[in-house]
Amino acid sequence: MLMILEPIMRVIEVPMKFLQTALRLKNPAWLFLFPNLVLFGLFAFLPILVNVAYALTGSDGILLSDRPYVGMQNFTDLMACESYLDPNSCKDDLFWRAVWNTVWFTTLQVGLMVGFALITALILNRDIRARGFFRAVFFFPVLLSPVVVALIWKWILQREGILNAWLDGLGLETFNWLLDRDWAFGWSVFLSIWAHMGFYTLILLAGLQAIPRDVYEAAMMDRASPWRAFRRITLPLLMPTMLVVLVLATIKGVQTFEEVYAFTGGGPGSATTLIIQYVYETGFAGAPRLFGPAAAASLLLAFVLVVLTVIQLWLNRKNVDG
Amino acid sequence: MSHLVLKNVKKAYGELEVIKGVNMEIEQGDFCVFVGPSGCGKSTLLRMISGLESITDGTISIGGAVVNDVPAADRGLAMVFQSYALYPHMSVRQNLTFGLENMRTSKAEIKTKVAKVSKMLQIEELLDRKPKALSGGQRQRVAIGRAVVREPAVFLFDEPLSNLDAELRVEMRREIAKLHHDLQNTMIYVTHDQVEAMTMADKIAVLRLGQVEQFGRPLDIYNHPNNIFVAGFIGSPRMNFVAGRAGEVSASDIEFITDNGERIAFHTSDFDVPANAKVTIGFRPNHLSVSQDKPDFKVKVHGTEQLGGESFIYAKTLKDEAITVHLGGQTDITLGTEVGVTIHRTHLQIFDTETGKSLRRRA
Amino acid sequence: MAKVMSFLTRTRGNGKLHWTDWLTYGYLLLGVLLMFLPVIWLGLSSFKTDAELERFPPRILPMAQETVEVEGYDDPLPLYQITGGDYAGRTLAQIRRIGLNAQMVDPTNPTERLNVNIDDRQAVEHFALATENYSELFARFNFLKFFWNSVFITSVATIIMLTVNAMAAFALSKYQFKGRMVVLGLVIGTLMIPQTVVLVPLFLITKELNMADSLWGVIIPGAATPTGVFLLRQYMLTIPDEILDAARMDKASEWKIFWRIIVPLSAPAIAVLAILAIMWRWNDFLWPLIVLTSTDNFTLQLALNSFQGELNTQWSNLLAMTMLVLLPIACVFVFLQKYIATGIASTGGK
Repeated sequence: MLMILEPIMRVIEVPMKFLQTALRLKNPAWLFLFPNLVLFGLFAFLPILVNVAYALTGSDGILLSDRPYVGMQNFTDLMACESYLDPNSCKDDLFWRAVWNTVWFTTLQVGLMVGFALITALILNRDIRARGFFRAVFFFPVLLSPVVVALIWKWILQREGILNAWLDGLGLETFNWLLDRDWAFGWSVFLSIWAHMGFYTLILLAGLQAIPRDVYEAAMMDRASPWRAFRRITLPLLMPTMLVVLVLATIKGVQTFEEVYAFTGGGPGSATTLIIQYVYETGFAGAPRLFGPAAAASLLLAFVLVVLTVIQLWLNRKNVDG
Repeated sequence: MSHLVLKNVKKAYGELEVIKGVNMEIEQGDFCVFVGPSGCGKSTLLRMISGLESITDGTISIGGAVVNDVPAADRGLAMVFQSYALYPHMSVRQNLTFGLENMRTSKAEIKTKVAKVSKMLQIEELLDRKPKALSGGQRQRVAIGRAVVREPAVFLFDEPLSNLDAELRVEMRREIAKLHHDLQNTMIYVTHDQVEAMTMADKIAVLRLGQVEQFGRPLDIYNHPNNIFVAGFIGSPRMNFVAGRAGEVSASDIEFITDNGERIAFHTSDFDVPANAKVTIGFRPNHLSVSQDKPDFKVKVHGTEQLGGESFIYAKTLKDEAITVHLGGQTDITLGTEVGVTIHRTHLQIFDTETGKSLRRRA
Repeated sequence: MAKVMSFLTRTRGNGKLHWTDWLTYGYLLLGVLLMFLPVIWLGLSSFKTDAELERFPPRILPMAQETVEVEGYDDPLPLYQITGGDYAGRTLAQIRRIGLNAQMVDPTNPTERLNVNIDDRQAVEHFALATENYSELFARFNFLKFFWNSVFITSVATIIMLTVNAMAAFALSKYQFKGRMVVLGLVIGTLMIPQTVVLVPLFLITKELNMADSLWGVIIPGAATPTGVFLLRQYMLTIPDEILDAARMDKASEWKIFWRIIVPLSAPAIAVLAILAIMWRWNDFLWPLIVLTSTDNFTLQLALNSFQGELNTQWSNLLAMTMLVLLPIACVFVFLQKYIATGIASTGGK
C-alpha cells in the first residue's frame, strides 16, 4: 500500500519544499493545514453563515441574490401559534408536529435506550463466559445502515409478516403496524433503540471496567451486600459516564432522521415526522423548495445542539480533570 | 583556526532568556562535553548548534562559515539522541540508510558505508531487526551507527547514556571514547553526569542558567575551579565548603576564621585575599584527615559508609555545614561522635562568599 | 455434550448457578435472539420465491414445489401428493385449478385427466434457494452501477479524508505556531455543528461548486471531519519529537517526515479511522439523498430506499438487495469487530 503511493508522495514533496522556501515559512504547519482548512471553511464554517442568511431571506430562490431580505419573518412564521402544545393552532403545523414528535421520540428513545444499555453493560460486566461474543452481538446493529435497519424491521412488521403470523398462531389480534399512528411511532422508537443501543452499551461497559476491582473487594470486606455495592459504589462511580452518555444520546436523538424516514417515511400522516425530516422535506423534497423556513428551523435545532454540546464538553472536562 | 565557534549566542522564548550569551571555540577533533544541572540550557545549546533550534542572537560558525540560517540537515552534523530516536518502523539497516538516501548517495556507496559502520560497531547481525527487538545497548550502538554512517564533520550527543544501566554506561563510555579516537572528529557531548564529563572530555564546558561558568581541560577545572558552583559540581563526592572570613593575611600566609571561631592557618601564595573579607574555603573529601591531635575544626558524625577498601564519613560542622571525609582503608569512627579533622594544605580553594568567585591569583 | 453443559453452567467459581446467573444468561440469550434473528430472518426470506413470500403464515425455510415434465405439456407441472378421495396415496401433477377442483394428471400416464378436490392434495416440496432473487438484481436492476457508485464514493472519500486529516493532525500535534489554538478551537466548533443542521447552505455551496448530483458532491463535503483530526492528533502526540529531529538531521524534508515517519508510526490510528470512514461512507444516507438526484448516481443505500417505495418492486428483489448491502459490513464486522468497537468508543460515534 505504502509502496504504491511512494512515487506520488515523491512528487508532492517537490512543491511542498518549494512552497516552504517561497513563502519563507519557518515551519510548514500551515501548508499541512491548508487542504483541511479549505474543506472546513467551505463545508463547515461558510454553511453556518449562509444558513443565517437563508433564514433571514424569503422566496423560493436558491441564490442569495434572488432572495429578498425578510428579517425575522421565517422565525415568526415558525413560531406563530395560538398554543404551542397544539400544532393545529400553528401557522406551520407540520413544524410543530415535528417538534413535538422529536421531543417525545427523543425522551422515550433516550430514556429506554440508556436504561437498557445500562442493564446490558452491567450484565456484560459480570463474570460471564464468552463476553467478547455477547458484546459483539449487542454491538452488531450499530454497524448496519439506517436503510437496512428499516427494511429488516419493515419485513418483520409487514401485514403478512412473521410477527403477525406469530401473534395469529397464539390466537392474538394482528395489526397493520405501520398504518397505525401510535404503533408506527412506537416501533420507530424501538427500531432506533435496537440500532443504537450497542454503542452506548460499549461506552458504559468501558466506564464500568474503569472502576477498579479492589474497590469492590474493599466493599466485600466491609460486608456490603451486592445491591448496596451497586448503589453506593457502581452507580456513583459510573455517574460521569452516564451523564456523558445521556447528553450524547440526546444530541444524536434529536437529529434522528435516516432510519425512521426509511422505515415509515414520516407517516402515517405526520405521526413519525421528526425535525430533520421537516427540514429535508421543506427544503429539498417539496416544490417549491422553501429554504427560508428550513434554514430557520435548522438554526433553532443548532441552538439546542450547541447548548447540549457545551454541556457535554463541560462534563467531559470534569471527567478528565476528576 | 577553531572548528566550531560560538559568538555571544543567545536564545530567548519571548521574555525568557535560556541561553544568555555563550562564547566558545572548539578545536578540530576535540571531544567537548557540556555539563551542568538540569535546566542549565546545555541541551538547548546543543540543539542550537545542530540547527534544530533557532538562534535568537549571536553567531555560530562551523569551519569558518556562519551557519545561523543553514537548516539542520545541511550543517554537516549528526546527532545521537537521548531516547536514541530510532525509527521504530524501519529495520536497523533502513535506520542507517535513511539519511544517506535523503542525501542521494548512490546505492553502492550506501552499501559499503553501512557494511563498514556495522562492522565497526558490531551490529552486523542486527541489520534486519527492528529497533523493538534490540536491547538498550544495541539500540545505542545503532543510534551511534546512524550518526557515524553519514561521516559528519561534527558529532552531537544529547545525553546518550542516560537510559542505560550503570554497567552498560561504563562500557559505552569507553566505546564512544574509542570511536572518537578512531574517527578523530569533533564531538560535542551533553550530559548532566560529571563523571562522564571527566572521563571522556578533552574540554569541558560547565553550564549554569544559560551561561558557561568555566570552559577548559577536565583536570584544570577540577584543580582550579573558577567559582563555588563549578567546584561543587565537578568531582565526586562533591567538594566540602566551610564559610568564614579571612583573618591576618600576608604574602605567603592566610589565616582563615570559621563562622564557629576556629582559626586555620594556611601557608600559600596562590590566593589574593583581602584581610577580613568574607570567604568560603573549599577542599575535597580526600584532602582531609581525621585527627584528635590539634585538628583544624571539629565535626559531628551522622553517617559512615564502610566500603572495605575505603570509607566515607558524613559529618556536619558545628554550624551545620556538610562535610564528607574520604578515608583509605577502614575506620572505627561511629555515629554521633565528635571528631577533629585536618585539611591537607596543598589542595585548597578559597572563594569570595558574596560573589562565589575563586580568589586564586591569575597566572 | 457434558462439556457443553459444564461450559454453560460453570460460573462464579463455586460450580453452582446462582439465580442471578440464570437471569444473566436469560437476558443474554434474549439479546442474541433480538439482535440476530431479524437479520437471519431477512437472510432466509431473501432466498424465497415471491409465491413463498406471500404465504401466510410464513415458513421458516425457503421451500419450492417440485415440478415434473409431463409429455404433452409445455411447462413443467407442479407435483402433489394426494391425501384423500379416489386417488389417495398417488403422486399427481396438476394441470390447472378449476374452482374447488384441480385437474390433474399422472406423470406415468399423461393421457388420462383426473379431477381432485383441492382439499385432498398436498404440494410436494423441497428445500430450495431462490437464487434468482439475486441474479435478477443484476439483470433487471442497475445493481452493479449502484454498487460501483457506493464503492467509488467510499474508497475515494476515505482516502481523501485520511490524507487531509492526517496532514492537519500532523500540523496540530507536531508544530508550534501562532494560531494553533485558534485552529484547534475551530475544529471543536465544527464538532458542535453537525452536518444535519447546515443542510440547506451546504447544498447551495455544493451546487455552486458544480458538484450537485455528482459523486464528488458526496465525497468532498464530508472529507474534513473534526473527529478524524482529533483521533489522529491524539495519537500523533504520543510520537516522540526526537524521532522527528533525528529525521531532520537525516536531511528529510518536512513532507518526507510526514510521509515516511509520521504516517507509518500512526498506522494503528489511521487504520481505525479508515474502518470508521468506510463504514460511515458506505452507510451514508441523508447527504447523498440530498445531493444525488438522478438514479444513475444513486448509491446502494439510496437505491434500496427508492426501490422500497416503488410499487413494481418485489419484496424478493428488495430483500436480496438488502442482504447484498448488509453483507460487506457484516464481513467487516466479523473480522474487525474489536477494532471497530474501540474505534467507535474512542471517537464518540460520528
